[in-house]
Amino acid sequence: MAKKQSKKEIAEAAAAKKETVKVLEGFGKKKGSLIPILQKVQGKLGYLPRVAMLEIAQFLGISAIEVYSVVTFYNQFRLNPPGKHSIRVCLGTACHMKGGYITLDAWKRRLNIDVRQTTPDREFDLDSVACVGCCVMAPVTVVDDKPEGQVEPTKVDGILLAFEREREQKGKKSQ
Amino acid sequence: MKVNETAAIASAFQEIKEKADSRWQGLRENGKPFILVGAATCGRAAGALEVLQTLRDEVKKRKLDVPVIEVGCMGHCYAEPLVIVSKPGYPPICYGHVNEVIAERLVRDFLLGDDLCLEFILGALEENDLVPSFQDFPRAGYEQKVILENCGHLDPEEIGHYISEGGYAALTKALQMEPENVIEEVGKSGLRGRGGAGFPTGQKWRVCRSAPGRTKYVVCNGDEGDPGAFMDRVILESDPHSVLEGMIIAGYATGARYGYIYVRAEYPLAVHRVEVAINQAKKQGLLGKNILGSEYSFSIELFRGSGAFVCGEETALIASLEGEAGMPRHRPPYPSDRGLYGKPTLINNVKTLANIRHIIEKGADWFAGIGTGESKGTAVFALAGKIVSTGLVEVPMGTTLRQVIFDVGSGIPEGKKFKAVQIGGPSGGCLPESALDLPIDFDSLKSAGAMMGSGGMVVLDEDDCMVEIARYFLEFTQKESCGKCTLCRLGTKQMLEILSDITCGEGKMEDLEVLAGLAEDVKAGSLCGLGRTAPNPVLSTLRYFRDEYEAHILEGRCPALMCLPLIAYYILRDKCERSCDACIGTCTVEAISPDKKRIKVIDQEKCVKCGTCLTSCPPQYDAIIKLSPPSEVPADKK
Repeated sequence: MAKKQSKKEIAEAAAAKKETVKVLEGFGKKKGSLIPILQKVQGKLGYLPRVAMLEIAQFLGISAIEVYSVVTFYNQFRLNPPGKHSIRVCLGTACHMKGGYITLDAWKRRLNIDVRQTTPDREFDLDSVACVGCCVMAPVTVVDDKPEGQVEPTKVDGILLAFEREREQKGKKSQ
Repeated sequence: MKVNETAAIASAFQEIKEKADSRWQGLRENGKPFILVGAATCGRAAGALEVLQTLRDEVKKRKLDVPVIEVGCMGHCYAEPLVIVSKPGYPPICYGHVNEVIAERLVRDFLLGDDLCLEFILGALEENDLVPSFQDFPRAGYEQKVILENCGHLDPEEIGHYISEGGYAALTKALQMEPENVIEEVGKSGLRGRGGAGFPTGQKWRVCRSAPGRTKYVVCNGDEGDPGAFMDRVILESDPHSVLEGMIIAGYATGARYGYIYVRAEYPLAVHRVEVAINQAKKQGLLGKNILGSEYSFSIELFRGSGAFVCGEETALIASLEGEAGMPRHRPPYPSDRGLYGKPTLINNVKTLANIRHIIEKGADWFAGIGTGESKGTAVFALAGKIVSTGLVEVPMGTTLRQVIFDVGSGIPEGKKFKAVQIGGPSGGCLPESALDLPIDFDSLKSAGAMMGSGGMVVLDEDDCMVEIARYFLEFTQKESCGKCTLCRLGTKQMLEILSDITCGEGKMEDLEVLAGLAEDVKAGSLCGLGRTAPNPVLSTLRYFRDEYEAHILEGRCPALMCLPLIAYYILRDKCERSCDACIGTCTVEAISPDKKRIKVIDQEKCVKCGTCLTSCPPQYDAIIKLSPPSEVPADKK
């Protein structure tokens, strides 16, 4: 890599490598394990850093590019670290027809990021999801794994306000 | 098969069943009250977990001996969260839209007192003289629940509950039959694959059985990717054992020893419940080595999908199981000849497998008695969109679309007018009012330009733009195209660009011909179902709603007032109330301000057309309207 890594980045990479090795212990060395391995590593680290992919490739005896191609093929895998809170806007048919795209716009506007991005303070990451199967509550936004129903632009503000208050209270406690 | 082996199987099952009955049958028959809470994903989104906790707390606080059981989804999703209270002396009663306060009242007033809490009742489960029952609903005359029968009435994380309701009896019966006879029975029933294409299930099983080789696989396709469809999710979350039982029977019939159940990662609760179900079945000896003491062994592994729509296609799903990117492969060879790791592989949809136990238990003739000539059994639909009773319905094949939408689904809310129904997700099409009397079966839907698909049904009303829905589906398939076939990869992209132009008001009339031509090319030049059906939403809307395309192109107008670039919000000056500031307060981008006369005016430059102001304007003023094309907005005097 051309860019020189900072000390923090090196430490992060080492920790990620250690965690990956630990996950790999539970798997057999066959190609069929690749996706379950990736899922488990992402479950631990929140994303799939370069070191983890290299480690997995070595473990399975396949080239790194093969791992990378699988990672980038599936929507669930991410290459950058997630935020503390995850925002998934459902864009299924029912949600779309009830204004899911307007809700997504509202999230983008408020968080000031695009889909598949994380806010600079790493508080939130934003993504869209094809359909979470809660079409009845459309438009749906999945906030930290909890599907919230009827999320319209005003509710977006409400959800963000709740997080802000939570942060304030935590700040007060720690003082 | 030896006589003593069949006897051993029967007695092994008898032992398990007696244990299960002693715990669960008692629940119904020993006259004790109990509560069921519907907590599938849809219920949870509506707050079912909070209701569950409140009920448990209340029961504990009052030291009652009342089990509070978490169950799946009953299908009445419009009234979530649902709670069923069963109290001796009363019929079991289902309450809708339950919140924590109502939950507390149910315990205090109904369980401890005699107040039925009438105002919260959705319906009783049985006919009675006290309260209206579900049998009195108009939809009861059309519905016939087979695979949804137990959904919402069973604890999905307790195998005993399933067994005491008759579960795994079909497996016991099948294990005492010759595998050929099992296939014979499934073939005779006329069951066709419920994943969308409708291939005869018995025939698929037969091919897989007669394929050479000792190692064979059974794969359950639970990668329900169609946006707007959630039947498989509900079945896996509410009654996972019915699918496992179908898989084990399929394995026995085809001679497979290994099974995979492939579930979408977007369904974490379904993943969890299937995992629990597999472990419990193993513990009971219903999975694993020598099932029920027979010579047959079968194991099931859960595989989580990773978010790729194309993996619902069987060959792509196999690639995904093998650890590859999910790209479809050429057929033939079909998976039943050469599938997973090159071995014969039987792939069936969740609903297909859930039907198996009923066919084995009640017989092929019983199953063949439901439905129409070529399409047997029931159809499960997920009703969503602009319809009153959203949720899951199960009706016999041959029921008409009109009956499903207006009688079972109670029609369109807010007195709006029906425009179209979208069936079959991105592979299906939009059918207009004139097609509503079509009977639902595999063949008639296809000839109308739609398809059964997996069974998602999204109802559209006058506020929905048909060009926009075609664009939406194409955007979806274009994004999900794996990129292997040129025409699918590039053709859908061109089609999407044309449609985007039209919804922005930049389309030309000749585009429509190009669009139709491209659609045919993409259909012809694609390997898998995704590409071959991707143009369906465009073709069906072009066929039935050409006038809407023309309005966009010729007048720059969106008749449904939906396409954002073609509409503008406007506040009617004579209707706006000077003392009211509702819209100013709710506007998310501060685009509304009062003029000198305190009449509110929208700054069209700032407006993002989110529609919040329209909702917030009090109904007595009703001053905000949508206009299309945007040039209709009068130049107000400031």
